[in-house]
Amino acid sequence: MMDSPELLFAVEVAVGGLLSGVMYALVAIGFVLIYKTSGVLNFAQGAMVLFAALTFVSLVERQVPFWAAIAVTLVIMAGLGFAIERTVLRPLSNRSPMTLFMATLGLSYVIEGAAQLIWGTQVHRLDLGVSNAPFEVGGIFISTFDLVAAAIAAAMVSVLTLFFRYTRTGLSFRAVADDTFAAIAVGLRLGRIQGTVWTAAGVVALVAGLLWGARLGVQFSLSLVVLKALPVLVLGGFDSIVGAIVAGLVIGATEKLAEVYLGPFVGGGIESWFAYAVALVVLLVRPSGLFGKKLVERY
Amino acid sequence: MAFFKRMVPALLAAALLGGAPALADEQYFPLQSFRVGPYAAPGSGFFGGFIDYMNLINVRDGGVNGVKLTWSEGETEYEVEKGVEVYQRLKSNPGVAAWNPLSVGIAYAMIDGITKDKTSLVTIDHGRTDTTDGRVFPYVFPLLMNPYSESSGIINYLAAKEGGPDGLKGKKIVVLYHGSPYGKETIPIYDLLARKFGFKVVQIEVPHPGNEQQAQWLQIRRERPDYVVLRGWGVMNPVALTTAQRNGFPATKIIGNVWSNSEEDVLPAGEAAIGYTALTTQASGHDYPVLKDITEQLYDKGLGNLSDRGRIGTVYHNLGIVNGILNVEAVRIAQEKFGHRTLSGDEIRWGFEHLQLSPERVKQLGAENLFHSINVTWDNHEGQGYVTFQQWDGKKWKVVSDWIAPDWALLRPIIEKSAEAYAREKGIKIRTEADVDTVSAK
Repeated sequence: MMDSPELLFAVEVAVGGLLSGVMYALVAIGFVLIYKTSGVLNFAQGAMVLFAALTFVSLVERQVPFWAAIAVTLVIMAGLGFAIERTVLRPLSNRSPMTLFMATLGLSYVIEGAAQLIWGTQVHRLDLGVSNAPFEVGGIFISTFDLVAAAIAAAMVSVLTLFFRYTRTGLSFRAVADDTFAAIAVGLRLGRIQGTVWTAAGVVALVAGLLWGARLGVQFSLSLVVLKALPVLVLGGFDSIVGAIVAGLVIGATEKLAEVYLGPFVGGGIESWFAYAVALVVLLVRPSGLFGKKLVERY
Repeated sequence: MAFFKRMVPALLAAALLGGAPALADEQYFPLQSFRVGPYAAPGSGFFGGFIDYMNLINVRDGGVNGVKLTWSEGETEYEVEKGVEVYQRLKSNPGVAAWNPLSVGIAYAMIDGITKDKTSLVTIDHGRTDTTDGRVFPYVFPLLMNPYSESSGIINYLAAKEGGPDGLKGKKIVVLYHGSPYGKETIPIYDLLARKFGFKVVQIEVPHPGNEQQAQWLQIRRERPDYVVLRGWGVMNPVALTTAQRNGFPATKIIGNVWSNSEEDVLPAGEAAIGYTALTTQASGHDYPVLKDITEQLYDKGLGNLSDRGRIGTVYHNLGIVNGILNVEAVRIAQEKFGHRTLSGDEIRWGFEHLQLSPERVKQLGAENLFHSINVTWDNHEGQGYVTFQQWDGKKWKVVSDWIAPDWALLRPIIEKSAEAYAREKGIKIRTEADVDTVSAK
């Protein structure tokens, strides 16, 4: 039990920030998966989060059982990821990173529009059956939902880490990420690997979409959660899953503490840009982020 | 040749009838709607209701005194630049009646343009507060309620809950506002109301879009307020309610403003929204004759604008219907003075400046209890709309107050001061009552 109410409050702000950071990391992991194996910053990840949540909730509202809806959405998201790789990115392979980034930017508008065209523009409630009501731990309120989200994020990171370390496909991903040309030279099938990783990004989008959708409601604003993921990526490194988690926690806690303790001096409402300010400083000092692979280029 | 043989008698007949108009008189409403993007749900509800009412007037009454209402839509996605582009594209269409963008940002960007065009700009329940002063803003109409009246209405409601004006003495109220010009519009007025009623006010900003509010609600918990006024928009509203629940703050102590009062704001929040109360200028539900007419004459015949019939009678749909009533009645009032024909934008401005609908007239229009009344004059473009409060029970809104009058006498001097400062800055000549009847027929 902490003695000072002010200290207790500061701890509560930090804990709240850490739990928010887990949610940011969930979105960031989708970016990392794609970047790690193909070098593409997939700006459409937010739109994929929206598409996944909207598809799931629309199926449930049409009386499809919960787990069946999860399964169908998984298949749809895997198919979407695979289709994106085949129809957009593969034809653009060997183009500049900026070209690929612009392609995903355009893709995000196409997916957002398609999601609204297929499922409509209404706001939906998404109930995962996890209570949002808080319980008290040493004077600090914590919601069950936040803990479940953190557990899911931890499980996802563990599975991905094991997958990359111990499975044949995961090792292929790493080989491609380390040296694409060498990977091709030893017979790895680049197209299949990238198709699989886009499929995995679709699955990660579903997990993020369900958790964010349960918190915000399933609506267009879900696609804006990418704005929370970008500073996380800069801080953690674009190619590190562990970096996404650690940076998510750092960004979450930092922005909340800044909002509470610095905000009142500058009129409040600073947390949205404060995370970017932190990311900018990191970019200047450590361009590859805290956990990103350092690039060494010789001229 | 056969074609020309058939056409000759027709052309001769047309020439002989000379005085008859080539086309029926029409009054055109350009609609800067938003049916996709982050605010698609309120946009489709509001513009759906507005179109449904205009369509009802055409189908049921044959138009306004025989003048058919027409409209076309331009998608803005609630973005200012797209809204202005739609304005530029549609303004040259003949018979423009009035603009209704339902966006503070777009409305701000249009004020100079529509003043030059001499066409009215309606900002129902929102907009720039000092446009209430018709002496300086002849073509802008924040009908029913401006943001200051909204704030006053909320505080009057809370005072009534606490047993009268003295009941708020020593209380603490947090205003949680959207980090945008819309959200910040009422900061000074809550400070003023706090001084008048003797309560302490703490105003906390939520950065746009508002999908993360843990820091703000922890601050609120530390403040231990008696009430939280939610001045939100879009996703900020359900997130406020769920984050309040996560922090143990009861929904029954949260009072939403007019842009935090819809089904779209509470449904995503689930049980966290039960007991939440919000202000409105129009009730929700179907139990009004005008709603029954719309259902029977449009939706039952496949003519309704909403794709989902379940949204008929929702908050935004009903707001669109009320907006339709106010626009149509302004046209009707102007027609009584200028004739039953296509009117100019300035003639319809005159109609808006004489838009006085008593509770009896509202009843005749089939909208009794849907909204209270309006009393627009040449210098008061808001029209002293009344507000009421509704509470969410988990399935529907239930009205929990009488119609409440904001403190217009307190607010008017502040509005005039702000409008006069605007006039000085822009070099605008302040109108007098004598200027009202100077009307351009073009």
